[in-house]
Amino acid sequence: MARHERDIAVVAFAQSDHRRRTDDLSELDMLLPVLDEVRERTGLRARDIGFTCSGSSDYLAGRPFSFTMTLDGVGAWPPISESHVETDGAWALYEAWVKLRTGQADTALVYAYGKSSPGSLRDVLTRQLDPYYLAPLWPDSIALAALQAQALVDAGDTDEEALAAIAARSRAAAEANPHAQLSGTVPHGGHQVRPLRTGDCPPVGDGAAAVVLAAGDTARRLCGRPAWITGIDHRIEAHSLGVRDLTDSPSTRLAAQRAGLFTAPVDTAELHAPFTSQEVVLRKALRLGRSTAVNPSGGALAANPVMAAGLIRIGEAAARIHRGDSDRAVAHATSGPCLQQNLVAVLEGDRA
Amino acid sequence: MTAAPPPEVLRAPLVVEFPFTRSLGPVQSAFLTGLRERVVLGARTSGGTVLVPPAEYDPATAEELRELVEVAPAGTVTTWAWNDHPRPSQPLATPFAWVLVRLDGADTALLHALDAAGPDAVRTGMRVRIRWAAERTGAITDIACFEPDDAPPPGHPPAATPHEGRFPDPVTRIVTEARLDYTHTPGRAQSAHLAALRERRTVGERCPSCRKVYVPPRGACPTCGVATTDRVEVGPAGTVTTFCIVNIKARNLDIEVPYVYAHIALDGADLPLHGRIGGIPYDQVRMGLRVEPVWTADGRHPDHYRPTGEPDAAYDSYKELI
Repeated sequence: MARHERDIAVVAFAQSDHRRRTDDLSELDMLLPVLDEVRERTGLRARDIGFTCSGSSDYLAGRPFSFTMTLDGVGAWPPISESHVETDGAWALYEAWVKLRTGQADTALVYAYGKSSPGSLRDVLTRQLDPYYLAPLWPDSIALAALQAQALVDAGDTDEEALAAIAARSRAAAEANPHAQLSGTVPHGGHQVRPLRTGDCPPVGDGAAAVVLAAGDTARRLCGRPAWITGIDHRIEAHSLGVRDLTDSPSTRLAAQRAGLFTAPVDTAELHAPFTSQEVVLRKALRLGRSTAVNPSGGALAANPVMAAGLIRIGEAAARIHRGDSDRAVAHATSGPCLQQNLVAVLEGDRA
Repeated sequence: MTAAPPPEVLRAPLVVEFPFTRSLGPVQSAFLTGLRERVVLGARTSGGTVLVPPAEYDPATAEELRELVEVAPAGTVTTWAWNDHPRPSQPLATPFAWVLVRLDGADTALLHALDAAGPDAVRTGMRVRIRWAAERTGAITDIACFEPDDAPPPGHPPAATPHEGRFPDPVTRIVTEARLDYTHTPGRAQSAHLAALRERRTVGERCPSCRKVYVPPRGACPTCGVATTDRVEVGPAGTVTTFCIVNIKARNLDIEVPYVYAHIALDGADLPLHGRIGGIPYDQVRMGLRVEPVWTADGRHPDHYRPTGEPDAAYDSYKELI
């Protein structure tokens, strides 16, 4: 397929080994090797990058303006063209994509990181909820996902056995992923918040990831087989959980439609489904069939560094295209409770 | 210069508390004041949908919502999740079910806790009713929780009835208390810096590319974007590069004003750190003044810096560090 000069591709991806704790490392220590890896792979030095955008959250570290600590790692002085989103790095990638599409830069570095280990993630995530009706009750992330899972069970969309199979398949796939935090045969465990068992929930851990985007001919120069972003869009559900149909994700479907997903089949899907039950919702919304390999990396059930896990989905899908293992892939990222906000990107490799 | 050995991991508790005061607006004020009066209000959209809890804007059309209605304090569970291990600050201290409840007269569901004997006593579609908190202030926690309702369900669920939403002494603001506990670990460069300070030494890190020495080190060179690797001891003496005179007494700080706060380039460092200047009248401090750290018995940082008595440094020797 012919490419336009402002077509944008993922040309490099790297991620850290995801671990339960990284007490010996600052956020910057965790991130730097990842930045070094994508810079080495593309031959770009810090000052060659046209635009830099990051995703992270102060609530994980418990420190205001925590993202400034990692700016040293991208050589931000004298000032560079830079931005930050206080959400998953997939949305930082979206901002960078817009910057490149509009011709303001030819290359972009996108990175994201999260250290969940300093705090209690389940409690920390309650602070993102509606402060009037929800946050005072401290409904934690597993509880909210469990309400969604029960709604799916009641609707006949899944059952505990099917959910356990999703967990087992994801951790088995993660055996081929050296960065995974949880892989192989993992006991499914007891109920965390019924109907979700330990195995239905993502591991809590620390990690970082980085992606380099490039436009047109620059992308071809930097990468043997660029992963072209042929469409990308993000959409959000209604604010109140009780207004939504938790068994469906119309925002994911709409984003996918706008990203052009439904015009041709995909061989790979990297879905940001931290809970097994959310994969059920996403498969339905994205109309994925048997011919699509879902989460060959193991997905968020194998490693879920909050703020980076969505960007990693895009990176994993792109890396499969780079390696020639995929020709057309969909990547999905989510943010908020019960798949509140969803981003869908379609990536393609040039066919020989 | 020494190659970096793996530093000991330092840890410190970090508590973040944020008691936000939030204004409510007309719809949320009416709803939360209503709870205080044991009245549950919803908002009706122009399409006739009754939202409970009420929103100020229609989630489907973004239309402003002002028509309030009263719904029943009983309803039906639309989904649930059994929580065997309640966490601090959650509505009940004993195992309970999280529930979404569609109150009779409402079209949407409200999230809360259900006090039930166990997971076998809960199912989607079961009838529940509000258990009111004994003390109510105008908050979502005025609903203590839901409890199973054995009353026969109404044959025709009562429709929502119009309500003006006016109460005496309405709640217009809420204070949402939150506390999160963290364990902070400072990472490689800062750990080594802090460990050296314990021995009253100041240690920075050098950029392998531009050779600049950063104190205190943050782990990377902000100009080259590479990890700083080699540890370098700097100081102890240094030069005041710039300063200000502080005339406002800080709370919980036992220092007489006015005093001088200065940027100090320690000998061998390429970035100034900051500290208080003592041992000299405040109006005699000047750029170029040579200073050295003063430690107190149990201090983990220099308490302040005092003049060394050396001649002032020449401007050219520190002008790049201002």
